[in-house]
Amino acid sequence: MALNIPKNKTPIAEQKPEERSHNFKEVVLGYTLEEAITEANRCLQCPTHPCVSGCPVNIDIPGFILALRNNDLSESIKILKSYNNLPAVCGRVCPQESQCEGKCTVGLMKEHEPVAIGKLERFVADWAASHEGVEEPPKKVEVNKGKVAVIGAGPSGLTVAADLAKKGYKVTIFEALHAPGGVLMYGIPEFRLPKTIVEREVKAIEELGVDVETDVVVGKTITIEEIREEYDAIYIGTGAGTPRFMNIPGTNLNGVYSASEFLTRINLMHAYEFPKYDTPIRIGKRVVVVGAGNVAMDASRSALRLGAEKSMIVYRRSEKEMPARIEEYHHALEEGIEFHWLTNPVEYIGDENGNVKAVKCIKMQLGEPDASGRRRPVPIEGSEFVIEADMVIEAIGQTANKVLLSTFPELKLNKRGYIEADPETGATSVEGVYAGGDIVTGAATVILAMGAGKKSAKAIDEYITSKKKA
Amino acid sequence: MFEILKKKKIVEKEYDMWIKAPRVASHAKPGQFVVVRTSDKGERIPLTIADYDRENGNIRLIFQTVGKTTYEMAKLEVGDKLADVVGPLGTPSEVKKHGTVLMIGGGVGIAALFPIIRELKNLGNKVITILGGRTSELVIMKDECAKYSDELIITTDDGSEGIKGVVTDAMKMLNERGEKIDYAWAIGPTIMMKFAALTAKDLGIPIWVSLNPIMVDGTGMCGACRVTVNGNIRFACVDGPEFDGHGVAWDELMTRLKQYKDQEKISLEKYLNEVGEM
Repeated sequence: MALNIPKNKTPIAEQKPEERSHNFKEVVLGYTLEEAITEANRCLQCPTHPCVSGCPVNIDIPGFILALRNNDLSESIKILKSYNNLPAVCGRVCPQESQCEGKCTVGLMKEHEPVAIGKLERFVADWAASHEGVEEPPKKVEVNKGKVAVIGAGPSGLTVAADLAKKGYKVTIFEALHAPGGVLMYGIPEFRLPKTIVEREVKAIEELGVDVETDVVVGKTITIEEIREEYDAIYIGTGAGTPRFMNIPGTNLNGVYSASEFLTRINLMHAYEFPKYDTPIRIGKRVVVVGAGNVAMDASRSALRLGAEKSMIVYRRSEKEMPARIEEYHHALEEGIEFHWLTNPVEYIGDENGNVKAVKCIKMQLGEPDASGRRRPVPIEGSEFVIEADMVIEAIGQTANKVLLSTFPELKLNKRGYIEADPETGATSVEGVYAGGDIVTGAATVILAMGAGKKSAKAIDEYITSKKKA
Repeated sequence: MFEILKKKKIVEKEYDMWIKAPRVASHAKPGQFVVVRTSDKGERIPLTIADYDRENGNIRLIFQTVGKTTYEMAKLEVGDKLADVVGPLGTPSEVKKHGTVLMIGGGVGIAALFPIIRELKNLGNKVITILGGRTSELVIMKDECAKYSDELIITTDDGSEGIKGVVTDAMKMLNERGEKIDYAWAIGPTIMMKFAALTAKDLGIPIWVSLNPIMVDGTGMCGACRVTVNGNIRFACVDGPEFDGHGVAWDELMTRLKQYKDQEKISLEKYLNEVGEM
């Protein structure tokens, strides 16, 4: 039977590129029930299920797919939610090609695409949310095991909070911004992850009994000492949090943005709906985005949707080294994003009013492998050229935000300035203080942050339980 | 939500509000600011904390109506609520015993200067304060500043009070008089701070200035507020808002402040159309 399964994933409805490149609505429209079951039938239910080990939170993937195939959506969402508190989010933003789907047995067969695990996860989560009664309400647990403070309401913090609430802890999340969700709210655009989906999944976590206090910057609004006095344990999941700049001449010209600012204005502040919303954003005609990760794809595609005539990506390495999720790259290509490989900006050129008008670039070539294992890009002398642009967005990564860390000197940091934490438990150098997500690893993925949260929730439970026994 | 407890129009376009924000009040220090959002659709804007009452959990904001958000705030009454007030943000002023300090304020910047004046006085400094404005009634908080100043000098463009001239004229006058200044602060319109800093440099006085660039989150996450100080990029929200006035790239800051001029106008006109002129 295995040989008869369709070679390709069941096609999924998407907004057409020419249409979607002018709106912020979701690109992928999702499967119908029939399509989802068809795709679920491509799963071999193989006994080795390598997909599970490819998932940072080890979801029972064959299990939820089997339940879906049997048209038992209640069981399917129950399985998903027992591993993953944010399935509708993960189904949309995980890099499945390098995780579950990358290991799928079907995908290893000649000429076969793997099972569309991400799309199925998303389908089940969306179905459960839009059909009342499919998902059982959370079990009432007695809240008597202790108090935990979580700093940051991003994917990592939400995961810790949900898991601990399910175990009977009173959990409070302190969030610096005015809305919970972290990068899911301010970073990932609406067309990839609608904010109503994030709000829905955050609400489900709040219904577990988790308190989310927004507008609280720990280290400023309350101190870490005050939290330590009141809570049995702390989890720090503040995200990486500070944009890096190229620091080349012209960085402070008007029209040069960090991707963090550009995307925060659009996603969190709804600048694409200005003036209905108050926050403005520059509408570039010719936009250059520096970098080729997911954030760069998001920025270039957002610029297009705002009305750019041309949205370009310049990247100092080649297509092969590009870190973006493959689906985002394909979507970007379909929408007409122009890619300039082996190209690096060396200067932003301004006009007489202080606005950027061009980007001076240099051609690069790949040399010997560097610390990341990728071939190091080296400038080609004398190859400078100029790209006209009235807007530049730098998406070249982040460094550790110091607002909290500078007020907590006992906390040991690593050489790169992130928190030093045990990879298995999230335990830091300070007893009772755990950390995970980008503030430990540097900028990574939603699911890795969630995986760290899961491990820490378990470790925090063990820590508090053993301490209370003593 | 953050309730407005008191509201007063001080002069044309300038308002004085007390807001219930216990956690901000209990941690606020001179020189810090909050980010305010009026409603779900609002923009996040930074406003300096003019005063705080730790015991009752209240903070004081003094602001000028310049754009949609501040006009909207001015329309709010006692009992109304701001959607978000987050802070205290930024690095507090370096208040310590310097000796003689020169405090220069203009416009609503005087409100930001006031808690620093008070703290410096309490620490035993000799405080000389210069407050400047176009005309006498626009020089706010004179009595409050006088209370914590050994000497208060007023300058007005039209000569309606004090010295006819600008704050730098008073700085030069103090210098001619032989006053030895150990440290200065200037907070007010960017152009005033620029010239106060230039004059201080001529006179060999170190000077702090409090920069007010465009911000979004206010916690170092976005870099919207980056300024160049002594040749380095700094974020005003976390590294500042106070910086060495001699090192600020003033013209760049003024250019960056104009980034959204056109949209700001659209937003304000739309709002004023909706509510009727104020």
